[in-house]
Amino acid sequence: MKIIGCIAILTAIAGTALAADIPQSERRSGTSFMSPDTRAMQDEDTANPGMLWVLDGEALWRRKAGVADKACADCHTDARVSMKGVAAHYPAFEKAFGKPVDLEQRINLCRTNHQQATPLAYESHELLALAAYVARQSRGMPIETGDDPEIAPFVEQGRELFMQRQGQLNLGCANCHDDNWDKKLAGSAITQAHPTGYPLYRLEWQSLGSLQRRLRACITGIRAQPYDYGSPELVALELYLMSRARGMAIETPAVRP
Amino acid sequence: MPSALINVPARAKRGDVIEIKTLMSHIMETGYRHIASGEVVPRDIITSFTCRYNGTEIFRADLYPAIAANPFITFFTTVTESGKFEFEWIGDRGFSETASASILVE
Repeated sequence: MKIIGCIAILTAIAGTALAADIPQSERRSGTSFMSPDTRAMQDEDTANPGMLWVLDGEALWRRKAGVADKACADCHTDARVSMKGVAAHYPAFEKAFGKPVDLEQRINLCRTNHQQATPLAYESHELLALAAYVARQSRGMPIETGDDPEIAPFVEQGRELFMQRQGQLNLGCANCHDDNWDKKLAGSAITQAHPTGYPLYRLEWQSLGSLQRRLRACITGIRAQPYDYGSPELVALELYLMSRARGMAIETPAVRP
Repeated sequence: MPSALINVPARAKRGDVIEIKTLMSHIMETGYRHIASGEVVPRDIITSFTCRYNGTEIFRADLYPAIAANPFITFFTTVTESGKFEFEWIGDRGFSETASASILVE
């Protein structure tokens, strides 16, 4: 009995030492960690450089492409109506593949299947512009990713990757973003890793970038080998992070330092 | 496909001081960076920005390599009459873009 009691206590101690999820009431968007200047830039559409990509995305939406000579607008008509709330559900389960796809992959699936065009490269101006334009239509709407029961195992896979220590620094995402989000790392705020505004304009990048780019940069930061663009691991991480931010408002195109 | 975002109030009272905000898409490549093989990435920046109010130049700026991508330029002016603000960006490699915005003065 004594031994069992000891194990129970040890397990309890180990449990508290492990990363604890951020309580719902304490969840914060990256915006709340920013300076008033950067926030002002994000909040005004004529000052937010991400809107340049949204404008280009709007033009691409109407441009015919591929062998089928079809534009996004030919099927989906007005994005302001048809794409409203769509990005709030991504990454979403794709039955044909039996796995989740993110918004960029969905756009490329549409390109290859329906427009019969070549898929756009990750981080290309066109793909970022289309993703920003589509996600912009959900701005202010609550994130609803992860409520599909078929997707649950992939959310769990993403959660495991988030918790898993890796790289030369032997850090997991949770070591910073769950355990130390109220502190600073070399003068920069450690945020809670709620991906509310992707694709977003990062001042450091001087460009718009996807969540996968951000994840790869973070993985490089802990000196681990980043997963390839479009890899199941990155999509699982995106999925976990979005489901973790469920209920928070979409801010695309956000601005971050 | 360069694009600009312009923010000029649609209407104002004569004598009002208004803020004009402009954002132009541009990579602003400094000319100081090298690629992996050691070659310099050639400079490609906007070098000049001007604003004309009904044909009269009211603001001009020279831009240099230290300015970040997608330059955001804001300035103030006193409104005197209804009309048009014309903006012009000129840069390396023949870059030349224009935009305009109208204001109604009451």
